[in-house]
Amino acid sequence: MPYLFETEEHVALRAQARRFAEREIAPHGATWEEDEEFPAALYKAAADAGMAGIGYPEALGGTGGDLTHVLASAEEMILRGRSVGTVVGLGSHFIALPMIVRFGTPEQQARFVTPCLAGDKIAALAVTEPGGGSDVAGLTTRAVRDGDHYVVDGAKTFITSGCRADVVVAAVRTGGPGHGGVSILVIEKGTPGFAVSKKLKKTGWWASDTAELSFEGCRVPVANRIGSEHGAFAMIMANFAHERLALAGQCVAIAELAYREAIAYSRERHAFGKALTGFQVTRHKLADMASRLAAARALTGECTIRVARGEMVPALCAMAKNVATDMCSFVVDQAVQLHGGMGYMRETLVERLYRDARLYPIGGGTREIMNEIISKAEGY
Amino acid sequence: MKILVPLKRVPDPELKTKIKDGAIDLSGASWVVNPFDEYAVETALRLLENGDAGTREGGEVVVVTIGPSEAAQQVRSALAMGADRAIRVDAEDKAIDALTVVAVLQAIVAEEKPDLILMGKQAVDGDANQVGQMLAGKLGLPQATFAASIELAEDKASVLVGREVDAGVEYKRIPLPGLVTVDLRIVSPTAVKNHVTPDAFAYGDGPRYASLKGIMAAKKKPLADKTLADYGVTASPVIAEKGVELPPARPPGQKVDDIPTLVQKLVEEAKAL
Ligand SMILES: Cc1cc2nc3c(=O)[nH]c(=O)nc-3n(C[C@H](O)[C@H](O)[C@H](O)COP(=O)(O)OP(=O)(O)OC[C@H]3O[C@@H](n4cnc5c(N)ncnc54)[C@H](O)[C@@H]3O)c2cc1C
Repeated sequence: MPYLFETEEHVALRAQARRFAEREIAPHGATWEEDEEFPAALYKAAADAGMAGIGYPEALGGTGGDLTHVLASAEEMILRGRSVGTVVGLGSHFIALPMIVRFGTPEQQARFVTPCLAGDKIAALAVTEPGGGSDVAGLTTRAVRDGDHYVVDGAKTFITSGCRADVVVAAVRTGGPGHGGVSILVIEKGTPGFAVSKKLKKTGWWASDTAELSFEGCRVPVANRIGSEHGAFAMIMANFAHERLALAGQCVAIAELAYREAIAYSRERHAFGKALTGFQVTRHKLADMASRLAAARALTGECTIRVARGEMVPALCAMAKNVATDMCSFVVDQAVQLHGGMGYMRETLVERLYRDARLYPIGGGTREIMNEIISKAEGY
Repeated sequence: MKILVPLKRVPDPELKTKIKDGAIDLSGASWVVNPFDEYAVETALRLLENGDAGTREGGEVVVVTIGPSEAAQQVRSALAMGADRAIRVDAEDKAIDALTVVAVLQAIVAEEKPDLILMGKQAVDGDANQVGQMLAGKLGLPQATFAASIELAEDKASVLVGREVDAGVEYKRIPLPGLVTVDLRIVSPTAVKNHVTPDAFAYGDGPRYASLKGIMAAKKKPLADKTLADYGVTASPVIAEKGVELPPARPPGQKVDDIPTLVQKLVEEAKAL
């Protein structure tokens, strides 16, 4: 079932995303997941197919559209590409670049946004640090002003696409403690003192590389600062709304895929002389999966419409993320259960989806932090 | 240069065919542009543009479909790829046959006077493979069918069409105006030459993707809604569908342990040797 917001335009876009995913991702997705990497050439292929610039203004090399188009196309890529790691890796620009689109100068946009949308460069967002991720206001990577440069010292971790990123949008401490001392710097690959210290091994999202980055005396031009000095905290928080809805959308897509796999397997697999769907308990299990999926899709869709309209609804975004991640965890778990032993085997898609799903209550702000946001907004 | 591309919607060929009451059940079908027609749209665009620079100067691609109002969606997808305008002639799929389609297209050609008519070699629903040939015959135009490559002459007065035949590739030069039907290979990276796109330029394999930008622009492009009567045609199909049934299910395959058993089974059971 598509989102309620979808128009003929979304249907046409889904058709293109489907074609791209079936041609470029599906035949190799399983291999890329096992290899823990997809070819970098895929960024260019995605850009050429018009898949990279969705949701970005045409003036910057995007194809126009808003968050509704991002969700519809990403869902189709997951459903047809059947490799969540690949899709989230390809999409890492979507958490990194919007801050430059909203707060960067035209010169910064031309240097950093346009080449990424053209598939010539790879972008990553670096907020989380080894010392902590939830407490963004407590980040400790230092950037000390020295003439026309900042000298950056510190480390970032769990950075999606960090191993290959050319453009790292990093949150650093330029000022005093707390949220009033944080700035955003774009740190480019090849800057002396910037290194990928580790490629991390993960539970899921294997095809997407995740990195630990280190900065030692790394000189970054002041011209690479996005927005005002010390003024980044609000920017980062605003960015999270989009990221969380994109993550909620991925949960809906993953669950939809797991649900379909579960139906297909339950029809085909026989036990005690009948198909699994011949047991009422199986049918009810599937019905529960479908119901929760429909509810999460409805809330994610509503929240997406509000954000696309320009409403500031951080608490609703947090609710959508929690509802969608909980739903997804439930659905993939049930899908594995319906597959029996096959559900535990690496060759089975739902086994991988089960591992992929575990990220969502953690990444982009944990389930607990979402509840903090909701509590504050509700004023308890 | 004006290129006319007739286009048909077909049930998604990837989906499983369902039969109900002696007919194909299309109630839940999803519809797509007939793949060969999509290749024709792609070919038309490649003939008119500079593929390397991503620009086009002049020229017009007009797509035509004969079908119900829902077929507008498939027409829009051709507009999203880059075609300039569209004509939809209202008709139910069941009420028309190839001759009706040819009659309508004949009238449209008389009105539009295209330099080139580019079409798919066949629609993958009925696989009749006859509209192109019949239309060229009725119009008295030169035709080249199953094009695997096409080159527009520099003076734009003729096209050189490569056709894959058993013995190799046959080249046919036809003067324009003329009609060309295209085969799959026409959308391979260097199959279309126009003396504008550098000869060394290679396209991606297959028809282009319509970007969201193209999809949004397509909504603003002209789409004329016409009726059969507008072209003086009454639908009186001479071909009618009498019934459809699936081929009998094949018996399951067998696994044998060794070659001698296989040979024995081929001789005794399959009587193939
Ligand atoms: C695969 C993957 C990809 C990622 N990609 C990126 C990326 O591209 N860029 C980026 O910057 N980050 C990325 N992250 C990091 C992610 O955003 C953080 O892991 C997340 O924000 C949590 O931070 P943490 O890991 O430091 O956990 P911590 O902050 O240490 O939290 C540990 C636990 O304590 C709980 N907790 C913390 N504070 C509170 C509180 N106030 N009340 C109640 N409970 C609390 C948390 O909910 C959690 O359960 C990624 C993570 C993963 C796993």
